[in-house]
Amino acid sequence: MIELRGVTKAWPGGAGVQALDLSVPEGECCALIGPSGCGKTTTLRLVNRLVEPDAGSIRIGGADALKQDPVHLRRGIGYVIQEGGLFPHRRIGANVATVPALLGWNAARTRARVEEVLTLVGLDPARYRDRWPHQLSGGERQRVGVARALAADPPVLLLDEPFGAVDPLRRAQLQAEVLSLLKHLRKTVLLVTHDVQEAVRLGDSVALMRGGRLVQHAAPAEMLAHPADGFVAEFLGADRALTRLGLFRIRDVPRDAATVAGEALPEATTLRDALSAMLERGVRAVPVTEGGALTLEAVLRSR
Amino acid sequence: MIGWLRANPDAFLDALLQHLALSVSGLLIGVALALPAALLLARRPVLAEWASAGAGVLRTLPSLAVLAALLPLLGVGFTPSVVALALLALPPVLLHALVGLRGAEPAAVEAARGMGFTPLQSLLRVELPLALPQVFAGLRTAAVQVVSGASLATFIGGGGLGDLVTQGMALLDIPQVQVGGIAIALLALATEGGFGWLQRRWERA
Repeated sequence: MIELRGVTKAWPGGAGVQALDLSVPEGECCALIGPSGCGKTTTLRLVNRLVEPDAGSIRIGGADALKQDPVHLRRGIGYVIQEGGLFPHRRIGANVATVPALLGWNAARTRARVEEVLTLVGLDPARYRDRWPHQLSGGERQRVGVARALAADPPVLLLDEPFGAVDPLRRAQLQAEVLSLLKHLRKTVLLVTHDVQEAVRLGDSVALMRGGRLVQHAAPAEMLAHPADGFVAEFLGADRALTRLGLFRIRDVPRDAATVAGEALPEATTLRDALSAMLERGVRAVPVTEGGALTLEAVLRSR
Repeated sequence: MIGWLRANPDAFLDALLQHLALSVSGLLIGVALALPAALLLARRPVLAEWASAGAGVLRTLPSLAVLAALLPLLGVGFTPSVVALALLALPPVLLHALVGLRGAEPAAVEAARGMGFTPLQSLLRVELPLALPQVFAGLRTAAVQVVSGASLATFIGGGGLGDLVTQGMALLDIPQVQVGGIAIALLALATEGGFGWLQRRWERA
């Protein structure tokens, strides 16, 4: 787990972080959001000590991060930045093997692990290992970035706007895949994003920052339903109620037994998409593939 | 011209070999000074700024002026000529290497730090490899300048193809002057072409 207590960092120009308390339980993903200059990236970089705090304590997995050698600390934390930050002069295999090489793993162990993590992120090792970063698409580079961060199997990962450079069509799928992988591997993740939709979709909790302070830290559905103040409400957007419906699926709410005409929706459909279907069809209920019907009243009661 | 060459093959060969010896020694010493200096300065922006300014000044000075200025300090002969040529080679290599090191893809450098490279590991394994095209461009410029500059070594008794020109002038032996001048020009062109070829070959690899 990651635990920041009273962490303060002042920059000469302002825009640091002030007396920040934030904890991310083991195996969970916390999404840091906020307007630019709110201190979210500084917060992320404080965890692996790319930024040194002026005051406060930082604990990772129970150990005091500020008492460790920063270089050693960073080798134990996965780090993914926008576009992956791959080394353009190294092949994919060598890129992925970066931290194992720093840790002095032998060739056989490194090679096996490179194959393993490339497979995990959905890239065929035989096809990708010997390619150069510039031969890959933005999404593929991002997958390699994640594979590289996972190579030495760190318990904690820091992701800094990891999906920013991926084309919008592929982004949602890549996000879902990467996060379900990290969840499956029980990684503790701190994710920085400026995209509200991304934050609520990926985070077990969302931490909203403003001017170096944490304004609200809550589960996404909770924050969308009960913004702490006007700023949070405005930042989440006027469509926050719709965003919130996007977090629930038809299977999460009670269904009506009545038979309804029209094309049926699978129960994995989000309530947001189901509501959109009702608006499009001008109806108050839609049939569900697995049986029964979803009514407008059930959607309204979900809040 | 051909007649002079036929009559004095040994004199020509001596001058050519001397010229090459001057150039290669000067270039190697210059690079041996400039590269470590660039690596040391890469992470010190203020010092790097000063060094760049100094190298810029050194680059502006005419080669003949440098040779003349060194004369009272180092005397005449081969060694002072090599020192002067090393000074000529230093600025382009240093300037290009600094530009390359400081311009190395920021995302890659940031990732290197974040994954636990020590500053030295990042410099040698990430920043330097990424700066190599720039370093090579500096090397090419330096090599051409050194080969051209070596023709002035004759003025402080350093030898080289310049000797053919100065001696020819003194003896009013125009063919000898021509042989010297054309050989210098061809050598400079060959250096430029050779390094350019290496650079293209290497970029394709």
